[in-house]
Amino acid sequence: MQSYLYFPGCTLRTVAKDYDASAKACARALGFELKEMQGWLCCGAVLSNVEDNLMTRAGPNRILARAQQESDRLVTLCAGCYNVLKRTDLRAKLASPAQQSINTFNEDSYNGRVDVVHFLEILRDQVGFDAIEKAVKAPLKGVRVGAYYGCLLLRPFEEMKFDDPNRPSILENLLMRLGCTPIDYPARTDCCGSYLSVGSSENSQPMSATIVKSAHSCGARLLTVGCPLCKYNLESSQIPRAKNASAEKFLPVVYFTQLLGLALGLRPEELELDMQQMQAIREAQIPTSEGRDRH
Amino acid sequence: MKRVGLFVCHCGLNIARTVDIKDIVEKTSKRSDIVFAADHKYLCSEPGQALIKDSIRQHKLDAIVVAACSPAMHEATFKTIAQLSGLNKYNCEIANIREQSSWVHDDPQKATEKAHIIVSEAIEKVKLNEPLQPITVPVTRKVLIIGGGIAGIRASLDVANAGYQVYLVEKSGSIGGRMAQLSETFPTLDCAICILGPLMVEVYRHPNIKLLRLSQVEEVRGYIGNFKVKVRQEPEYVDVAKCNACGECAKVCPADVPNEFDFGLTWRKAIYTPFAQAVPPAYVLDAKNCLGLLPQACGECKKACDQLGTACMNLDAWPQTHELEVGAIIVATGYELYDATKLTEYGYGTCPDVMTSIEFERMLSASGPTLGEIRRPSDGRVPREIVFIQCAGQREPETALPYCSKICCMYTARHAMMFREKVPEGQAYVFYMDIRAGGKGYEEFVKRCQEERGLLYLRGRVAKVYEENGKLIVKGVDTISGKRVQINADLVVLAVGMIPSAGSKELASTLKASLDANGFFSEAHPKLRPLESPTAGIYLAGAGQAPKDIPETVAQASGAAAKALDLLSSPTLEREPTVAQVLETCSGCGICIPLCPYEALTLNANTNQAEVSEALCEGCGTCVASCPSSSLSLRNLTDQQILAMIEAIVA
Repeated sequence: MQSYLYFPGCTLRTVAKDYDASAKACARALGFELKEMQGWLCCGAVLSNVEDNLMTRAGPNRILARAQQESDRLVTLCAGCYNVLKRTDLRAKLASPAQQSINTFNEDSYNGRVDVVHFLEILRDQVGFDAIEKAVKAPLKGVRVGAYYGCLLLRPFEEMKFDDPNRPSILENLLMRLGCTPIDYPARTDCCGSYLSVGSSENSQPMSATIVKSAHSCGARLLTVGCPLCKYNLESSQIPRAKNASAEKFLPVVYFTQLLGLALGLRPEELELDMQQMQAIREAQIPTSEGRDRH
Repeated sequence: MKRVGLFVCHCGLNIARTVDIKDIVEKTSKRSDIVFAADHKYLCSEPGQALIKDSIRQHKLDAIVVAACSPAMHEATFKTIAQLSGLNKYNCEIANIREQSSWVHDDPQKATEKAHIIVSEAIEKVKLNEPLQPITVPVTRKVLIIGGGIAGIRASLDVANAGYQVYLVEKSGSIGGRMAQLSETFPTLDCAICILGPLMVEVYRHPNIKLLRLSQVEEVRGYIGNFKVKVRQEPEYVDVAKCNACGECAKVCPADVPNEFDFGLTWRKAIYTPFAQAVPPAYVLDAKNCLGLLPQACGECKKACDQLGTACMNLDAWPQTHELEVGAIIVATGYELYDATKLTEYGYGTCPDVMTSIEFERMLSASGPTLGEIRRPSDGRVPREIVFIQCAGQREPETALPYCSKICCMYTARHAMMFREKVPEGQAYVFYMDIRAGGKGYEEFVKRCQEERGLLYLRGRVAKVYEENGKLIVKGVDTISGKRVQINADLVVLAVGMIPSAGSKELASTLKASLDANGFFSEAHPKLRPLESPTAGIYLAGAGQAPKDIPETVAQASGAAAKALDLLSSPTLEREPTVAQVLETCSGCGICIPLCPYEALTLNANTNQAEVSEALCEGCGTCVASCPSSSLSLRNLTDQQILAMIEAIVA
């Protein structure tokens, strides 16, 4: 079985276990394995651009130095880890004096030999969306889902080169292969507020709320993400309204791996989808009377 | 033994700050092969030149080395003074101790050491220089001008009025260029076509100007003063001399084509006049969109034309090749606009009410798609809230254009002002980075627009434009108040940047003229020779060289014309004699012949030896390096000289 070296990251071991489990389940269903790397540690969560304190960059360099013992490619799921590790790798390739200092400090040289990729890239470039479409057993016909990318997958574009930062399409392309009806909405590339939710949620909540509102008003009945922090922000911005019975309907947020798993015919338990979420996915389908198969 | 003199220039402090001039003079004057050495603060100044002149006479020098700036800067100056002092000017050599030493090194000791090497290398070379006489070649006293915009028009008229023949080559069906598409011009608000139209007519009527429309330069051979040019002209299905622009042909034409003059905001027929004031005043048949010429599918236009008795159409026309001989070429190929669909954040191409400023310009024009009214392309309503985004895709080295197009601050102010004039109840917002209004009356114009017309200028960039409920949501930031701004606009206008015209690259390789990093034609020197390409005999005018506005373009066009006239003013022209020469040992193997980039080498059938056309040779030395029997040599850069110079370097 094809195997890819995999970096889970802290969040996937704590609040985003469902992302980790569903991705692994999807991988197995598609005939490959995500093999967890040895001795991984925290990536630092944010890439520091500070030039006079290299300490913050020691961690991600150490991860990549360890990863290169096992493979020349490292797969990530969390958009934050992806952003940090990919950009750390790019900086290491520059062979700057700063990199030399980091390498000396780490006693473990890293010079940019690991190709850091996102799970979505494995699906697109290694497995192929055509193969995925063929593997779909239970198409999610007419599920009106808004893809939300967040910033970390796409920006800064010059370094990430993942997708067009203003008009990304990789998630929609995948969702269409699963039978879903992707909804285009203006705020799908807005910022969710990121870490502001930790210290000043009064600033981040309106940002997330704008995204949810925009998706809902364009017809989305479900949101899908590839970033645990985006998911947290999008969900928490809806909590006050969810408590109020008369408020707008709650727009549930799931990981794209969970939708992929469902389409591949995996059971909700394997994907860590609960009853409520399954109910929401069912309700997100375009009612048959509206022409369920029009897609 | 030559009597060699050395002159070292301080160049103010440019050289003297890093290189120890005294040391150079002292040590060099001790050399046995140096008769005299001196220094001066500014050798290029009148007293500096006098020092050279007097010293040559006084010390009976017969060769000199000038240690100063790059030969690109002042070689001609010093060679001239050598000649005037009685030396052969090829016995003057330049040792570049500024660009190659003082400017690029910080350590005075090492820079001085290097300057010593550069100087002794030049001394070794000059000792072996031969006195040469310039090669004289005749000049074809005609000028080719490529591009019929305002730059090409102005240059054509200036050259033609001076009494010389001009060939004006225009790619499209009419001259006029971008300026013909503009409604008004800043800062005086002259109607563009009203000031351009008479010049276009003057070109058409001028006895010294031959206008070739639908034409492109295909091949250029030869050299300064003697270019041989092939111009390909697309088939002229309409006889320009006979056509009276009655338009009956277009009335019966069944093919509708988006009108490029209005950027697709209107339609035209496959036989059409590019615009009302087009010159030559004749219709153009667009063969690409015609229902068919080979075999003929429709032919309604010709029938209508023949019925009227004008009979100016010939549907069996073929492309023509004009072979021209000219002495100078002026490149006035102008600009295009950056493709706004690449700026995905602004929604151009997906939201119909996001337009570029040139499209907005057409809408302002009295002859434009809306006859001068401002309307939304999506629903035809008059917009109330309008947002102008300056620097769209400009000054963004990572993602779009790195440079500033220079004219956008001005025309955006004019656009916003004209919007307020036409829609008094409307509100105009302008997002800008900073206002660049350098030019006579420009700053005053922008201030007047802002103050008298109540325009809202917001300093900051727009992050995103999207459509929601029939409005364009513009999200940006006002960096002065430090607040994020959202404007629900009806129309968004993008000031996209200027890029070189399509085909500039191909033309540059045809002309052997160089382009800069952004694809504009390079000038020979950014300050001192801005009108000339580094390739001799090719002059530059207008936005093909760099973004610029109309006054600057016109000034450059007249300047380029003056440069060309300078060349044409004499029936002959001197060329550098430092060319390749074939030695007797040549075996006629012919290896060098295809390598010559200037086609200066041929094989003489009688002697079976290579032959150099001295008029064509540029002295590049490619042939010399290729010769397996060392039978080629460059005058005043012989193998012996090169070895002597290398010895001076490694000694």
